[in-house]
Amino acid sequence: MLKWVLQLVVVGLVVALIIWLYGNYIDNTAEQNIPTDFGFLDNPANFQITGNELSANAPIRDALYQGLLNTLRISVAGIVAATILGTLIGIARLSSNWIVSKLATVYVEAVRNVPLALFVVAGLLVVVLGVFPTIQDAWELGGLAVVSNRGVAVPWFVGAGFGLLAIGTVGAVAAWIVARWRSSVSDRTGVLPRSGLWAGGAFVIVFAIGWVAFGYEWTLPELDGRQTVGGIRVDPSFFALFFALVIYTASHIAEIVRGSIQAVPRGQGEAADSVALSGFQRMWYVILPQAFRIAIPPIGNQYLNLIKNSSLGAAIGYYDLTLVAQTTVGNGSPAVPVFALTMVLYICISLVTSVIVNYANRRSALVER
Amino acid sequence: MNATAHRSGALVWARRNLFRSPLDGALTIVFGAISLWLIYKTLSFVFVTGRWDIIRVNLRLLMIGRFPEAHVLRLVITVIGLAAWGGFLAGFIRARQVRSGRVPNSGTSLAARLGDIGMRLWLPAVVVLLLLLLSSTPGPWITVGLALIAAIIGRLVGPFAGRPKLGPVGSAVVFVGLGAVPVGLYFYVVTAVGFDDWGGFMLNLFLAACAIVLCFPLGILLALGRRSTLPLVRVVCTTYIELVRGAPLFVLLLLANVALGFFVPDSLVPSTSTRAIIVFTLFTAAYMAEIIRGGLQSVPRGQIEAAKAVGLSPVRQTGYIVLPQALRNVIPAQIGQLISLFKDTTLAGIAMGLFELLNVTTAITAQEQFRGQGLIGETITFAALMFWTVSFTMSRESQRLEKRLGVGVR
Repeated sequence: MLKWVLQLVVVGLVVALIIWLYGNYIDNTAEQNIPTDFGFLDNPANFQITGNELSANAPIRDALYQGLLNTLRISVAGIVAATILGTLIGIARLSSNWIVSKLATVYVEAVRNVPLALFVVAGLLVVVLGVFPTIQDAWELGGLAVVSNRGVAVPWFVGAGFGLLAIGTVGAVAAWIVARWRSSVSDRTGVLPRSGLWAGGAFVIVFAIGWVAFGYEWTLPELDGRQTVGGIRVDPSFFALFFALVIYTASHIAEIVRGSIQAVPRGQGEAADSVALSGFQRMWYVILPQAFRIAIPPIGNQYLNLIKNSSLGAAIGYYDLTLVAQTTVGNGSPAVPVFALTMVLYICISLVTSVIVNYANRRSALVER
Repeated sequence: MNATAHRSGALVWARRNLFRSPLDGALTIVFGAISLWLIYKTLSFVFVTGRWDIIRVNLRLLMIGRFPEAHVLRLVITVIGLAAWGGFLAGFIRARQVRSGRVPNSGTSLAARLGDIGMRLWLPAVVVLLLLLLSSTPGPWITVGLALIAAIIGRLVGPFAGRPKLGPVGSAVVFVGLGAVPVGLYFYVVTAVGFDDWGGFMLNLFLAACAIVLCFPLGILLALGRRSTLPLVRVVCTTYIELVRGAPLFVLLLLANVALGFFVPDSLVPSTSTRAIIVFTLFTAAYMAEIIRGGLQSVPRGQIEAAKAVGLSPVRQTGYIVLPQALRNVIPAQIGQLISLFKDTTLAGIAMGLFELLNVTTAITAQEQFRGQGLIGETITFAALMFWTVSFTMSRESQRLEKRLGVGVR
């Protein structure tokens, strides 16, 4: 009985608070003639998104969609790069080589304790605008990239879009099926599975077939007077945000990887040594698979942090979801619906990511006895 | 074999740690070269190419923002008061620990203990010294000197307050007094200069300190609520935690900045700094709740059963048995969260335009005498050093605290 009274009191207080806030909101917006519905989504955006051909007359709906895509772009690119860099640094911290381990330790301790916002601002103002040359004497790195303070141009596909993404997805599915098949063959006959090799091959074959069949091409960036042609030009703000997110998140992932490797029982490494595996084989086949099983949940948290931290791009003019929302509000759209929508989108991205991470976690946990 | 045994230690060490195999040797050479280059670049930036005048001239702006000249004395008194309070607290806690037998009373000499403090605090001490050397007035020197003396006096007086003779009333007075000092000092400063006029690194520290103090009780309540057997309470707490954790702090700050005014009557709309503190508190409380929940789950069932067996009420079971162990078990994660809160105070500058350290560093490069000279590298390095020193010291102290409380040992 007492329990129910207590619960009703708590819920009653929460509901009363929400009603009070909502009532104030309705009163205040009615007083100032501010709409509370989502009709603003059809109004023209009245601003241009850098690096996007979307016209300024396009509705806010489309601008927000482009912002969402930009958020996903920086997140995916950042997650891939931060995972690779973080894993390497985490392994390096445990290296028997004194210089390598000390350098990795200095990196982690130096980066982890400095606010991300500092890296973001420094990435744009110090690295891109300070260190990179003007377009006239841009660095042309072996014809593969053109680096200047207007951005970094890298090789890219011609006409790339969802078609290429679809081919990639088909390739990935094919690779997964082949890997499953190889491991079942290995279970039956005892031959080495080499699933990685087979899956990689399947992916490359499917991708190559799609590439040729649909006539894709790729171009290298070149310097042409005061601009670059060919390839794709990565905006200074994208580059700075990417640089900051990767450097910062890698330092956190490195710590997780180090902790997970240390959590793998010593006997595993000794067993690998005793069957005469090389240093690489010992790491790749014995230690890392077990370490990643431990590391998946915390690394997933870092992925979520990276996605949410990408909203800092708004500070340096990267048109991610946050900056599009901020600009829209600045142009006179009602603040509460815009930011409510933005938050819902972020929460959806977070939920999808954590579903994927939980799936990976369950799969890897199943392998355990 | 004998020959290697007689070789000098350094050679053996180098062979074992730097040139174990050809690949190892190659790594050593490549990364050794990179390290040397980095050291050279850093040293030349600090001592040769860096133009640090901009820091010297703007030191005051960087540290305390546009705090009015007339009221700086209040800040000085606050710093000294906080130093005395900190010393007193250290002595008080130490005395109580000695009394309860957790720490040996004697055995360590004064010199050893001073050495220990030196090992722990040399880094912030060096940075404070650097700041003092950059300052052009005697004021900061006097402040730091008096603060040091106040801390030592507090440390010497503290143990007397921890004596058992005081009795329950005396202890209560000491506890209330300890809580009242920082609050009193806060009001002493804020009655003269409302904290919308605060700025610089002081504002970062203040925002973080407020949110840290406020987020703890809320986080504990949310964690207990999420683990509660009452379904409705659990749903409310879980929804709150998951919603807040799904959204970026930056967007929450933007929302609070432009939209908070819609949700409360005009008379209640808080100032910008207060809004920042509210958002930081609500945001960190959700993360804190998850960390504390992990701690609660790590307390063995036997502990709760034992508490029930000796007839403690549910509130006492939680308050005396479960919560202390839960909080102790997750100290590193909690301090990690507080460090990230401290670092996130820079977002208040970007999202709300508060004049905190990051905003000062970008603003001073636009001053007339420094404009267009590309000094942003120097100013951001200075800001990074400030944040780094505080965060690094906090994380090192947390490791020490963890060891002292015997997490994972007892």
